[in-house]
Amino acid sequence: MAKISKSPWLLHYDGSSCNGCDIEVLACLTPVYDVERFGIINTGDPKHADILLITGGINTQNKQVVEQIYSQMPNPKVVVAVGICACNGGVFKDCYNILGGADKVIPVDVYVPGCAARPESIIDGVVKALDILEKKREV
Amino acid sequence: MGKRSVVPFGPQHPVLPEPIHLDLVLEDEKVIEAIPSIGYIHRGLEKLIEKRDFNDYLYVIERICGICSYMHGMGYCEALERIFDVEIPDRAKYLRTIWCEMSRVHSHLLWLGLLADAFGFEALFYQCWRMREKVLDMFEASTGGRVIFSVNKIGGVLKDMDKDMLASFVKEFDAMEDEIKKLCDVFLTDYTVESRLRKVGILTKEDAVATGAVGPMMRASGIEIDTRKTGYAAYSNIDFKIITSNDCDSYARCEVRIKELFQSFDIIRQAVAQIPDGDLSIAVKGNPNGEAFMRVEQPRGEAIYYVKANGTKNLDRARVRTPTFTNLTPLVKILQGCDYADVPILILTIDPCVSCTER
Amino acid sequence: MREEYELTVIDSGDLSRYALKMKRDNARLVQICAVSVPGGYELSYSFAKGYEFINYRIVIDEDTRIASIGDVYPSAVFYENEMKELFGVKIDSMYLDYNNKLYRIEQETPFKK
Repeated sequence: MAKISKSPWLLHYDGSSCNGCDIEVLACLTPVYDVERFGIINTGDPKHADILLITGGINTQNKQVVEQIYSQMPNPKVVVAVGICACNGGVFKDCYNILGGADKVIPVDVYVPGCAARPESIIDGVVKALDILEKKREV
Repeated sequence: MGKRSVVPFGPQHPVLPEPIHLDLVLEDEKVIEAIPSIGYIHRGLEKLIEKRDFNDYLYVIERICGICSYMHGMGYCEALERIFDVEIPDRAKYLRTIWCEMSRVHSHLLWLGLLADAFGFEALFYQCWRMREKVLDMFEASTGGRVIFSVNKIGGVLKDMDKDMLASFVKEFDAMEDEIKKLCDVFLTDYTVESRLRKVGILTKEDAVATGAVGPMMRASGIEIDTRKTGYAAYSNIDFKIITSNDCDSYARCEVRIKELFQSFDIIRQAVAQIPDGDLSIAVKGNPNGEAFMRVEQPRGEAIYYVKANGTKNLDRARVRTPTFTNLTPLVKILQGCDYADVPILILTIDPCVSCTER
Repeated sequence: MREEYELTVIDSGDLSRYALKMKRDNARLVQICAVSVPGGYELSYSFAKGYEFINYRIVIDEDTRIASIGDVYPSAVFYENEMKELFGVKIDSMYLDYNNKLYRIEQETPFKK
């Protein structure tokens, strides 16, 4: 079953990010950084996705959206929290509408630091996620 | 009359990198009414002013949005400089102008790429973003960051660009200009692109004023207003002509943004030619007291900063009115009567920045 | 060069009249901003006529109800919903009232002091 981790499909959801990490995620998909060389394809449909890239902290309104997207993804699945806001709330931690990092609502497997996360570290995080996906598949 | 139904659009949607939700009232395939609902990215960062002092808050306000981060920081600084009543050194003004225009170039290229992606022209999307990476490289060379720059401070800027760097940037932009000219041919003359954009999403001049459109959205409806003409930073010394179009449709918005790219290159060249030597910043002492409005022309249009200080290190209020917030009403207007299939493109033509809108 | 602007304090009852006057002058609504001050609010309505930047301010106490200017300027309605939800400003006759569900936050009127 190693085939799946060789062409994982990736879903990106913007929590309450400032956009910075989102455009870096998109930049990863474009020719300069090109994560497609790992066989990764960006998809818009949670039911096709193996990896969920989540940027930004969780707020009261997108909590259900994130939970729903996660529950719609088929098993095995891996969650990558991109950027410091998705890790623990970051600079917006003290805002009244921020609950915290993505791990407040869904289990997170890989944490990518940075504000904004650099494309290199996002790719590194995704590659780490591939290993975890492989391990989960074996279980 | 066909059957009416309400179709939800978003928040997670393949065309939009950011979540926004619209309830579309449809009659067959025509949209009768659109009701936006926002709040998926609302953080409440304006409230954070009570916990951070006015210097630290600069780093929060930059993070309103990762695309216009430079201008958010600059607008906030200029508003506070007005309260302190200080004039920043000329060199800092020019550096701000150059960084502003670089932000505009990368933002417009990003938008052109997303537009190309929205109508399924993936190669064009990749071309635009490849070009955009060059601007980001220049940002990284001059500020150290790709997205969040943190080079402003109240009273000036923190980093300098030396002569060689400025010259190399100008050279780079010259080369980019030639490449973009080729890309523009596709955007402006290709038959498939034109068929998606021409006569779609018409916003008349009267409607643009009534609904409070700003930026390229307003200029594409024939209104000749550009906040850069109010002369903040070094814009009062720069010669440029406001770009408008009288077509009022999606094509006009695309055309205005493309022409603004070339205008930005021109402004950068002028600024590099004029930039004087001198200090980067002046010292600002004490705590601010008073209030000020400040207007800035962002890539998406005019943004307003309002700062109210009370003589302590914590401000009473720091408010940002972002361009997308006021462009929501024109969006609702152009969605009325459009085809359902055109909805994603029309949302893109206002160049939405949802994290700006909701803050 | 620094842009000059004017700021006039007006009576809260005159708001609609001033909005109409601005509309007749073909000015556009630039922004509405609320600030919570002890015991009430300070609302700034900004308009722009060409490059002229005109601000009107009303100072009201917490219980004063103000009229929406959404019928004159449709774009006002998002600002008004924002003020209503985040500050608790009481606004009458909005043509599109989100009933405090614009941002759908859990905390009630977080900006109110």
